[in-house]
Amino acid sequence: MSLLPYLIAAWLFLVGLYGIVTSRNLVHAVVCLSVVQSSTYILLLAIGYERGGTAPIFLDVRVGTRAVDPVVSALTLTDIVVGATVSALLLALAVQTYKRHGTLDPEEFRSVRD
Amino acid sequence: MGALPALPVAVPLLVAAALVGLAPVIRRRPADAVAVATAATVAGLCAALLLQAAGGPVVYWFGGWTPRQGIALGVAFAIDPVGAGLATLAGVLATAALVFSWRYFEAVGTLYHSLMLVFLAGIVGFCLSGDLFNMFVFYELLSVSAYALAGYRTEDPGSLQGALNFAITNSVGAFLVLAGIALLYGRSGALNLAQLGQALASGPADRLVVVAFLLLLVGFFVKAAVVPFHFWLADAYAMAPTPVGMLFAGVVSELGLYALARVYWTVFSGPLAADAGGLRAVLLGAGVVTALVGGVMCVLQHHLTRLLAYATVSHVGLTLTGLALLGPAGLGGAVLYAVADGLIKGSLFASVGIVQYHLGSVDELALRGRGRHLPWTATLVVLGALGLAGVPPFGTFLGKALMEEAAGAAGHAWLTALFVVVAALTAAALLRAAGRVFLGLGGPPARAVDAPPGPAHPTMLAPAALLLAGALAIGLVPGLAGRVELAAARFTDRPAYAAAVLQGASGPGGADAESHPPGYPAGPAGWATLAAVLGLALGLWPLLRRRPSGPRRATARLWAPVGAALRSLHNGHIGDSVTWLVVGMAAFGTLLALVVR
Repeated sequence: MSLLPYLIAAWLFLVGLYGIVTSRNLVHAVVCLSVVQSSTYILLLAIGYERGGTAPIFLDVRVGTRAVDPVVSALTLTDIVVGATVSALLLALAVQTYKRHGTLDPEEFRSVRD
Repeated sequence: MGALPALPVAVPLLVAAALVGLAPVIRRRPADAVAVATAATVAGLCAALLLQAAGGPVVYWFGGWTPRQGIALGVAFAIDPVGAGLATLAGVLATAALVFSWRYFEAVGTLYHSLMLVFLAGIVGFCLSGDLFNMFVFYELLSVSAYALAGYRTEDPGSLQGALNFAITNSVGAFLVLAGIALLYGRSGALNLAQLGQALASGPADRLVVVAFLLLLVGFFVKAAVVPFHFWLADAYAMAPTPVGMLFAGVVSELGLYALARVYWTVFSGPLAADAGGLRAVLLGAGVVTALVGGVMCVLQHHLTRLLAYATVSHVGLTLTGLALLGPAGLGGAVLYAVADGLIKGSLFASVGIVQYHLGSVDELALRGRGRHLPWTATLVVLGALGLAGVPPFGTFLGKALMEEAAGAAGHAWLTALFVVVAALTAAALLRAAGRVFLGLGGPPARAVDAPPGPAHPTMLAPAALLLAGALAIGLVPGLAGRVELAAARFTDRPAYAAAVLQGASGPGGADAESHPPGYPAGPAGWATLAAVLGLALGLWPLLRRRPSGPRRATARLWAPVGAALRSLHNGHIGDSVTWLVVGMAAFGTLLALVVR
């Protein structure tokens, strides 16, 4: 198993976090959060990958055929659904923020608090 | 009643979906009634499960996918008294919050009820699940509805900002949890907690297992708001609608600690057994820092819900110290404390909601002397402050006494001092606020604003009073301490848990509950009273003085920079809270690398 996907997962995680930390725009921050989340997709798929394996559809194949792990694919799909929900909700909050505030810059919110 | 374990999750989800579908036609009051009835049903179902689980673990395999030859194929609910107890607490708090909403909201859409029910379903599923990935899914379900509820008052910019910070920080935490789950699955090929524990028990912890533990630890600490992962909490909890705050402060923070305890004792207690001493030190340190930072920040607040939010941080720290002892006695104390504390926090949030409803503000300075016509609310707030301080006979006292006993046995008797200090700090903040708002101490009364006149409506007072009564009852039920210790002992017994889930072996019955000495241990009662008196003195002293005296000015000068520094750290900035998350993760990673050989 190659090390590359794990390095990519780590890279995506860190670069996404960097984006959130330095973000000056809420929509940008939400997209960065999706980048962080994509690292979990890569990590999950890398863990279940089988070199030379087929898709895990066990119909008309010999017993013992190598296949990628279907469990992690299911986990990844669930993860994607979760990601879509979170992104949609966050974008809705960002839209509301823009309507009330007229800005999407998190720096400007410091003044909102007491 | 074979499907009983699935009902407390399925029922609120179905009702929530139905309410969304009926939104265009259903009126406000019927929606209120349906939501209250559903939440009460969930509380009842969870209580039934609690009684059943007291006799031995209840394992429910969805779709009948029972394990074959000790290998888990399906997805299970594995219900023990601790999980079922937390689920019951959530059900009770949700019922109280929905009753409170009856009058609190002038107008509220059906989506609010649906969100509350989905939120409740997520909490209950999280508490009952015996499968690590399912825990993640329920964690996300409850989190997403919590983000939406936190930002429900879209007209308030503070509420939106709190919700955004809450959502982004907690999502990063959730991704850490998922990465940890992925690594564990890669190592063991299992997602069922019992199976994971068996797979990892054979060898000592290698680096992969330690990294997975770190990821799960940090992810759950973000939810629990352990310092330095707590920066999102005050904005989210304080700016959410008050009934939502009742649930947030009452049970959600504790869920993070519950999840850590669950994965530690089902999965990691085997491979990390040799390193328990070092781990105990790390967790104790985190608990102590959290308790103190939360307590100091609590005293610095004038905004009542923000004050309660920091009291939540502080008490999560106390609960964590009990759990950090890594033994059944400490865990039992922590569970009792968390449940009683959750009920009191729920009651206090309701009382503050009454103040907000009738006086139009939650700033104690703007409210000075204006709460004189709310005597019942005042009584509830003062009783709640005493409950937070852990005065007998509140359940918080019993929990603390058990934790102190366990700490003494583990050679950490100094924890008693921490408990006294933290109880005094949070009680002082609340009593000071109560003195200002309800008695008008410390200055001329503030100008009144236009708001509905008192007295408070029964649908608002009753939930607050009943939740407090519940916290009292927990302290008064005879033999409860022994039963909780027995439940905690089973919670920490990894092989028995695995046998119950994978082989269907039922554990020891509830009949052999250890007899805990009845009555209150005199020592802890003395400490609790001292904490309350200290809190009273600390809280009222600044209010009763006309003019700052010499020494007081000197203390103020000494403290002002500390307070200012702490305040400026807690600026509610999203980037800052995520930066602290990374810093905290690096810190915990270093500590774990040092203590795990």
